[in-house]
Amino acid sequence: MSFTLLAVQTLNGLQLGILLFLIAAGLTLVFGVMDFINLAHGVQYMLGAYLAVAAFQFTGGFWSALPLALLAALACGLLLEVLVFRRLYDRDHLDQVLATFGVIIFLNELVKVVWGAAPLSVPLPLYLDWSVPLTDTLSYPVYRIALIVAGLLVAVLLYGLVTRTRIGMLVRAGASDAEMVAALGVNIRRLFMLVFGFGAMLAGFAGILAAPIFSVEPGMGDNLLILAFVVIVIGGIGSIRGAFVSALIIGLVDTLGRSFATDIARLALPPSAANDVGPALASMLIYILMAVVLFVRPSGLFPVSSK
Amino acid sequence: MIPASITPKTSPLKASTLVPLILFLGLALVPVYAQVFDDRFMMLFATRIAVLAIAVVSLDFILGFAGLVSFGHAAFIGIGAYAIGILSEHDIWEAWISFPVALAAGGLFALITGAISMKTRGVYFIMITLAFGQMAYFTATSLSAYGGDDGLTMWGRTEFFGTNLFANDISFFYLVVGCLAASYLLLRIFTGSRFGRVLAGAKQSELRVEALGISPYRYRLVAYCISGMVAALAGALMANQAEFVSPSAMSWHRSGELIVMCLLGGLGSLHGALLGTIAYLALEEVLSGTTEHWRLIFGPLLVLVVLYGKGGLIGLVTRRPGK
Amino acid sequence: MKRILSALAVSTIAGTATLFAGVLPAAAEGLKIGFLATLSGPPAVLGQHMRDGFLLAVEQADGKLGGVETEVIVVDDELKPDAALTKVQGLIERDKVDMLAGVVFSNVMMAVYKPIIQSETIFVGANAGPSPIAGKGCSPYFFSAAYQNDQNHEVMGRYAANQGYEKVVVMAPNYQAGKDAIAGFKRHYTGTIVEEIYTKLGQLDFSAELARISEEKPNALFTFMPGGMGVNLVKQYDQSGLKESIPFLSTFTVDETTLPATKDMGVGLYSGAEWAADLDTAANKKFVADFEAAYGYAPSLYAAQGYDAARLIGGAVEMNGGIEDKAALIKALEAAPFESVRGDFSFNTNHFPIQDFYLVKAVKSGEGKYTTSIVEKVFDDFGDAYAGSCKM
Repeated sequence: MSFTLLAVQTLNGLQLGILLFLIAAGLTLVFGVMDFINLAHGVQYMLGAYLAVAAFQFTGGFWSALPLALLAALACGLLLEVLVFRRLYDRDHLDQVLATFGVIIFLNELVKVVWGAAPLSVPLPLYLDWSVPLTDTLSYPVYRIALIVAGLLVAVLLYGLVTRTRIGMLVRAGASDAEMVAALGVNIRRLFMLVFGFGAMLAGFAGILAAPIFSVEPGMGDNLLILAFVVIVIGGIGSIRGAFVSALIIGLVDTLGRSFATDIARLALPPSAANDVGPALASMLIYILMAVVLFVRPSGLFPVSSK
Repeated sequence: MIPASITPKTSPLKASTLVPLILFLGLALVPVYAQVFDDRFMMLFATRIAVLAIAVVSLDFILGFAGLVSFGHAAFIGIGAYAIGILSEHDIWEAWISFPVALAAGGLFALITGAISMKTRGVYFIMITLAFGQMAYFTATSLSAYGGDDGLTMWGRTEFFGTNLFANDISFFYLVVGCLAASYLLLRIFTGSRFGRVLAGAKQSELRVEALGISPYRYRLVAYCISGMVAALAGALMANQAEFVSPSAMSWHRSGELIVMCLLGGLGSLHGALLGTIAYLALEEVLSGTTEHWRLIFGPLLVLVVLYGKGGLIGLVTRRPGK
Repeated sequence: MKRILSALAVSTIAGTATLFAGVLPAAAEGLKIGFLATLSGPPAVLGQHMRDGFLLAVEQADGKLGGVETEVIVVDDELKPDAALTKVQGLIERDKVDMLAGVVFSNVMMAVYKPIIQSETIFVGANAGPSPIAGKGCSPYFFSAAYQNDQNHEVMGRYAANQGYEKVVVMAPNYQAGKDAIAGFKRHYTGTIVEEIYTKLGQLDFSAELARISEEKPNALFTFMPGGMGVNLVKQYDQSGLKESIPFLSTFTVDETTLPATKDMGVGLYSGAEWAADLDTAANKKFVADFEAAYGYAPSLYAAQGYDAARLIGGAVEMNGGIEDKAALIKALEAAPFESVRGDFSFNTNHFPIQDFYLVKAVKSGEGKYTTSIVEKVFDDFGDAYAGSCKM
C-alpha cells in the first residue's frame, strides 16, 4: 500500500462523507427540531438528481441547471410538506414512518413513469471537467475536489446559520424544547416549514452534485437514506456538528474498509476464505461501528440536551 | 400519545375476541374454498400470508406492547430459514432436530443482540437493531458454500416422523395456521399476564416500574428473545414453503415491510398485525395485477391510512361509534 | 354491534380482494405464456428490454406464436425471490399458463426453478442461466434462449489470453453472479490475476477500487458490473483517466441499457457478448429496425434474447402443430426450429444454446445514439462447461 493510494482513498472517503453530510444535515435538523422521522428524505435526494437531469436537458449547461434544479427541489419539498408532512408533525413516530414510507413508494415509481427505468446522467460541468494527474496512470477528477469544497462551504454556512443567527437560535431552541419556543410566541408552523424546505433543498443539492458522477436511477436514494440515518444517530440527533463529524467518519471508514478489508482478512485466512470474509466485513463495518458507538454512548457522540 | 392498549374499551371482549375469531376462521376455510373452486394458488398464497403473519405478530408483541421498534426483525426470519436450509444441505431433514435448532438460533441471536440493543432508546434502538440485521444479512451473503447471494435451493421439505405433514399442501397449510394460532395465543397470554403488564408499564414510564423494584431491562430482553424465536419459527416454515432460502429474506427492506404491515393493521392487539399482513399482501397482489405502475396507488393508500385511519385498520374496525 | 359489523366489513374486503384476484376467467383456447421479468427497482431497465423484445416477436407474429393465439401475462418479480415464487405459483396454478419465460436474475431463477420443473411447465429462459441448472440440476422442461452465465465471461478470458495480457485485475460485485463471472473469466485466461476485487452490490463510488487498479498497473481490467453500478464505474473510469492506459474488458456492463447514460464515456470499451446491434444476419437487421421503430430506443442483448425466446417458442409450436403434446413440444424445442437473430443457434444436451461469441465494442452509431458493434469472433459454436454433468 503506497502513500498515494492512501491519500486518494482518504480523499474519496471525505467525498462520500461530504455527500452523506449534505443529506444527513437536513434529516437531523428536521428530526431534531420537529421530532419528525422523514423516511422520504432519501427520495428528495433522488428527486434532486432527476431534476438536475431535467434542468440540464432544458438549459443545456450544468451551471444554469444548478439554480433551476435547486429551486425545483425546494418547491417539491414544500409541496410535500403542505400536502402530507405537515399533517404528521404531531403524530406518533410510527405513523410518520408508515406515511413517509408510502411517499417513498410513490415517488420511486413516479420518476420511473416520468423519466423511464433506464439510468440517466449529467455530464461533468464546464470548467470542472478535467483531472489532476496523481500517478502516471491515475488522475483525480477536479469535480470531486470541488464537491468536497462545496460541501465544506455548506457546512460552514450551516454552522454559521445555526450558531450566529436568530433563526438558528430558534432552531437550536426548538431542538431542545419545541413547546417552549412556541410558548414564546414564535410561529412554529412557519419555522417548521422553513426548516423542512431547507432540509429538502440540501438533500436535493446533494442529488444535483451526485448526478455527474453517479448514475441517476429510480430508488437511488434508498440506500443513502439508511446511511444518512446511521450518520445522524452516531452524531446525535439534532446536532449539525455531530452529523458533520460522523458523516466524515462513516465516509472514511466505509471507503478505507472497502479497500483494505480483504487485505487484512488475507493476513489471517486462506485466500478463498478471505475473499468471502473481506467484502462481507467491509460492508458490515459501518454497522459494527454504529453498534459500538451506541453501546458506549446510547445517544450518539454529540447528544443534544435531552428532552 | 396514549398507547391503544390502555385506552379503556367499552366492551373489550367482543372486538378482541371476534376479530381474531373471524380472521382465523377465514384462514381455516381457505382450503375448502380452494377445493370448491379448484384454486390451488389461493391456498399457496394463504400459506405465504400465514407464514409472514407469524413474524408480524411476533414483531407486534415487542413493538406494540413494549414499544421496542425492531428494524432488524427480518434477521430472525432469515436465521430460522437458514437453520433449516443449511441442515438440509447436510441431509438432516427431521423436524425434531431442525426446528429446535432454528428456534434456538433465533433465540440466541435475540439474546446477544438484545442485551446490547436494550441499552439504547427510541430511534437509537431502531438503528442499532438495523445494524445487527445488516450484519446478519451480509454474513448470509458471504456464505458461498450455501449459495451466497443466489440463495440455497432445498431439494425437499422437512420430515416429521415419516409423515408427509410438510410435503402435502393442505396439511402444511394447517400446520402453518396452527403455528400462527399457537403463537398468537401464547403471545396473547403473555401480554395479559403480569409479565405483559410490566412491559406495558415500562413503555409508559420506566421510572414508575423501577420504583416498584422491577428492572424493565430483563423483562424487555425476555420479550425480545421470545419474539425472536417466534420469528425464527416463521423463517423455518418459510424455508419449507418456498423450498428456498436466500439472504434477501433478511434485508432491511423486508424488516421495514414487517413494520409497515404491523402499523397498517394497527399496533398492540396482535390480531391487528394479522389483519395488516393479510391486507398488505392481498393489496399488493391485487394491485400489481391491475397495472405495472400499481405503486402509484399503493403509496398514497398507505399515506391515507395514516392520515384518516388512526390506529391502523384495526382502529377502523374497533373504533367507538360517534368518534 | 356497529363494531362487529365493521369488523365483518373489513375482513370481507380483505377477503373479497383476494377472492377477486382468484376468480379470473378460465384459460381460453390458445397458448398462454407467463413472462417473468424484473420491472421495478434500479435494474428495471433490463427487464423492460427483455419484455419489449419478447412482445415484439409476439406482435410480429400477429399475436399468434406458431399460428396459435397467444396471450402473454407479464409479471414483475421485483427482484425478490419470495415474491417471484408467489407470482410463479399464481401463473401456474391460477392462470394455468402453458409455458413460462423470461427471468433476468439468477437468484430469482433459482427461487422459481423448482416449482416450475415440478409442475412440469416448459420454461424458456431469456437471460439468467445459473450453473446448477446447466449442470447437475438440469431439467427437460428448462430451455435457455440466452446463454449460460459463465460464457460471456469466458469470452473475455479467452480474449485476454489471446492478446497476451500477462497481468489482469478482475473486479465484480460480491454476490454469486459476480463470483461466477470471475470463475468464468479464469477458465480460459492463462496469465496472472494480480488482484481480485469484490465490491458491494449496488456500490456507487468506485474511486477506491480505481486507485487500487492503477496501483497494480495491469495490462487490462476485467469487470462485470451490471446496471447502474456499471454506469457509475464507466463514468468514473473515464474521469480517472484510466480509460486511456488500461483496456476495459467487461461483460453486461457496457451495452444499450447503460450507454444512454454513459454516452461518450462508454465508447471504445469492450464487452463479451453473443449478440451486437450490427450482427450481420437478416433476422437481426429486421429485429433492430423494428424494435427501434416500435419502442423508440436501441435494443440490447436482453431485448435480443427476449425476442429469440418468443421466436423459439413460435418455431417449436409451429413444428409441433400445437401445444397439446408436451413431450413432442419439448422435442420440437430441442430442434430450435427458428431463425435466431444471432445466426448459428442450436441446443446442447442441457438445453442451453450452442452459439458463437464475440468481442464487441461500444460505438457512437449516430447523433446521440450509442450501440454495440462486433470487433471479432472469439468462440465458434461454443457450448458451456456444465453440459457434461447434466443427466436427463
